[in-house]
Amino acid sequence: MKTLLRALLITLLAIGGTFALDPFRNYQLALAAACFAAVAGLTVLVGLTGQLSLGHAVLMAAGGYGFAFAASAVDGPWPLALLAGLAAAAVVSGLLGLLLGAAAARLRGPYLAGLTLALVIALPAAANTLPLGGDQGAPAPFFPVPEALAALIAVEQWHAWLAIVVAAIAVTPLVVLRSGSAGLRMRAVLDDETASRLSAVDPGAVKTGAFVASAVPAGLGGAVLAIATQQVTPGGYGLAFSLLLVVAAVIGGLGSIGGAAIGSVLVTVLPWLIDELAALAPDDLGRRLDGNLALLLFGAGLIALTTAWPGGAARLLDRLRAARPLRFATPSTTTER
Amino acid sequence: MRTQKPFKSAAALAAAAALGLAACSTPDSDESVPGVTDDTVTIGTHQPLTGPAAAGYATISAATAAYFEYVNANGGINGREIEYLVKDDGYDPSATQSAVRELVTEEKVFAIVNGLGTPTHSAVLDYLDQQSVPDLFVSSGSLTWNQPDVYENTFAFNADYVTEGAALAQYAVDQQPDAKICVLGQDDDYGDGIIEGVETVLGSNAVTDVQVYSTSAEDLTAQMGAMMAAGCEVNVLGTINGFTAMAVGTAAQMEWFPKWYVSSSGADYPTLAGYLGADLAPQLLQGMVSVNYLPFSPDGEWVALFEEINAEYNDGAPFTGNTVFGMSVGYLFAEALAAAGDDPTRESLVAAIESGDLVGNGIVPLSFAEGDHAAYRSVGITVVNEGVQDYVGTTYEVGAGSVSAVEPNPVPLANEGIPGS
Amino acid sequence: MDRFVFLLSAGLARGAVLALFALSLVIVWRTARVVNFAQAAMAVAAVYAAFAVTAATGSYWAGLLTGLAAGALLGAIVERGLMRRLPAHAPLPGIIVAIGLVMVLQAGLAIAFGPEHRPMQPPFSQRPFIIGGIPVLSPYDLFTLGAAAAVMAALALLFNRSSLGLRLRAAAFAPETARLLGVRVPRMITLGWALSCAAASLAALLLVPTELGLNPHAVDLLFVNAFAVAVIGGLDSPAGALVAGIGVGLLVSLVTGYASASAAPLAVLALMTLVLLVRPGGLFAPKEARTA
Repeated sequence: MKTLLRALLITLLAIGGTFALDPFRNYQLALAAACFAAVAGLTVLVGLTGQLSLGHAVLMAAGGYGFAFAASAVDGPWPLALLAGLAAAAVVSGLLGLLLGAAAARLRGPYLAGLTLALVIALPAAANTLPLGGDQGAPAPFFPVPEALAALIAVEQWHAWLAIVVAAIAVTPLVVLRSGSAGLRMRAVLDDETASRLSAVDPGAVKTGAFVASAVPAGLGGAVLAIATQQVTPGGYGLAFSLLLVVAAVIGGLGSIGGAAIGSVLVTVLPWLIDELAALAPDDLGRRLDGNLALLLFGAGLIALTTAWPGGAARLLDRLRAARPLRFATPSTTTER
Repeated sequence: MRTQKPFKSAAALAAAAALGLAACSTPDSDESVPGVTDDTVTIGTHQPLTGPAAAGYATISAATAAYFEYVNANGGINGREIEYLVKDDGYDPSATQSAVRELVTEEKVFAIVNGLGTPTHSAVLDYLDQQSVPDLFVSSGSLTWNQPDVYENTFAFNADYVTEGAALAQYAVDQQPDAKICVLGQDDDYGDGIIEGVETVLGSNAVTDVQVYSTSAEDLTAQMGAMMAAGCEVNVLGTINGFTAMAVGTAAQMEWFPKWYVSSSGADYPTLAGYLGADLAPQLLQGMVSVNYLPFSPDGEWVALFEEINAEYNDGAPFTGNTVFGMSVGYLFAEALAAAGDDPTRESLVAAIESGDLVGNGIVPLSFAEGDHAAYRSVGITVVNEGVQDYVGTTYEVGAGSVSAVEPNPVPLANEGIPGS
Repeated sequence: MDRFVFLLSAGLARGAVLALFALSLVIVWRTARVVNFAQAAMAVAAVYAAFAVTAATGSYWAGLLTGLAAGALLGAIVERGLMRRLPAHAPLPGIIVAIGLVMVLQAGLAIAFGPEHRPMQPPFSQRPFIIGGIPVLSPYDLFTLGAAAAVMAALALLFNRSSLGLRLRAAAFAPETARLLGVRVPRMITLGWALSCAAASLAALLLVPTELGLNPHAVDLLFVNAFAVAVIGGLDSPAGALVAGIGVGLLVSLVTGYASASAAPLAVLALMTLVLLVRPGGLFAPKEARTA
């Protein structure tokens, strides 16, 4: 109950915050919210069960396609289309997550990473082979500002609201799950599979379940992107984006949902900010730095964080709040297993 | 862990809010025309300056910018200088969305001009339509841009791929009526369009073999082997420059020298020569047939002007088909802006293009009209001879399902390439 | 039938390169229990070094040697500078650091050299021999096959027949015991990385002249396919890398030739899923007890 109230409070706070932002910043906020949903799922999967998925972009794409097709198919008032789209996004990504989870239950770390990597690479081919609209992708319906609000807010702000609400719906169950007995079981499996098996915890079931629980928020994140951009294209969900999700999870601190929020904002805003700075450099150099400098810094950040400072941003905040008891300050980090 | 969550999320939000500074999100009620001041017009574009497509297309926007600098140095259009904002999207549709939203909401551009790529530009088509931003001269041959009923502000620039495919097939039939004709296409709307065009002329059963490739796999051995085994004599290519070079090179390695008929997007001789090497290129590309509609004849007056502009305003960058393309787009926008009147609005700009009065600088006048947002419906055949690519005079107009030969009607250069004044 | 033979021969040469790259992944996995996701970026950096030397001296062979040396050096540096600092026996940090390294190397190369494709000339003709009217392997394909086979044989000899190989294997499988028996385990791990990256660089050096040209992403697809190959064959098994490499090379060639290029990545994914469903440790999986 406490978690739900808190979620509600944060959601309202975030919606209030959109009034301080201009349209483009609100659009970026919607993107960050989409990332947040996916990264929250990823960070729980990696941090609590130790399964590294490089394919969360594909789970987002699955959610996005599900949303686009279902919401376009519904011929009714917009809330109905929205709900149908979200339900489809959850179902499609959940099913794909179930498949991956079933595979993951049988595979050790690098094998799973390999499978998910091949999945990302196969996405454009799948979009061309299956009836998904090829490179142009599938159009998602446009949700205009409701009339009652039209005088008050611009469309970007409205989409930011939708994004925040959907992200909240996606992430809150994850928080509940993580702090409940399911989270305990995940940690048990991570610590020692044999011991957990002896305590009647089936590692395979836990791993599969964790994958599904991680896939659904990712799918909803994909739906958020489809709302904000009215389009789902395979090109938007490539390897680079998938790796960016991993970056966000690691920067935030693996296992930490608050960290996922920080990481998502960083990977959304920093590349843009750095490119603005790179544009100030002389022509030729600026062109070379553009896009690449952000990547370089993210890569260096990943390495530095993992080798020197494995807790990520979440740990930093813990340090700042030194009053906190220490035992809370060490969630599952990259150094644990 | 549990109790600190609000703090963290709030901190994240505060960080996001701080980046937004004191901006407000309420809808604009400003009466003035976005992007137009008394002495400037600001327009924007999205281009692949980084990423896998950068190698083929990054030079286009530089050429356009150089042309605008030339115009500005000579007084601008109706007394206004053109400011051209180029955003990089790395050929990634999600990056395009961010780039174009930034141009529209932050930079408040008057229009988006020459956004490049089918998957990329498709991603912002609806957005630009909702915002009523003129979406001019899209740099892609998809038929998507010519839907005036749905997208009333979107106009194409390239001759569409179906038109190119049909013209290439017609020329092949006219030259060698009995040849076995095959197609190699990219696995997207580009390849599909070329294949569709060839099939409208030949009938779908008369194409001997159809192969596709994906840009992610840089290997055409399997495809070339299959086409060779099928006995193809004329290969129509819907390929980008790099893969055109690879197809020609791979076939040559197999001692196979069929006729090459290549779409304009993959037949730029200087670029192909860069891939194949300056010593081999004249030999391997001898007789390569292509289509075009822009004035790139090496001894033409437009090329002479563009070469001057390139030397003075583009640091003498290599002069290729991309240079002519980029400057021609710039010229067309300048012409449209001049025609939009002394106090241009988004409506008057679109009306100027739909009026049908714009002629452009092509080998045939533009076909824009009310209810028709395609720029070029006629294309001229070009052939490479001893390392020089030029028009041979044959020109085809492609209508609904039919191809007919027409006379070329090149638009002459006037007023030193600065429209309006 | 002609077409089938042609596609087989085309797939064989590609498969050899795949197998070699997959083998490099197997080596580093066996010595350090890390899947090196940065293998492609490190290899492409080595190819840039080779390209620069070939451009300066005009000799392909000087470039080749430089590339191999640069690859080995880079492997050793990455192991000493980064991987060694990570906690042992946890796969995740190694993978994440490698991903970071990919971003740093590729972005760094793009900043330093620009995004252009730089065509590389092969040392031998790519004109295939025509046998019975069918174009089969070219001299360059033969060179590729020969080089890959020679390196694989040399590595097999090294690992299975020499005392250095014995120490390498001991350091990988029983580091504590090996240390007690006087094996300098850290040195062996560095050596494993150097060997692995040199092999990967060779595979990249063989591949790039058949592509459009050298660019920071030139080896990405090779890595993804080679990783699939290593996983299909079993990460611990050099023989698995060889068999699966040739197999996947043939599969991609046949699917591209008979179906379509778009279907090739899907075919690889399907094969990998199928193999992993039946044998979660790959085709040539060792006994369970060997789990790290």
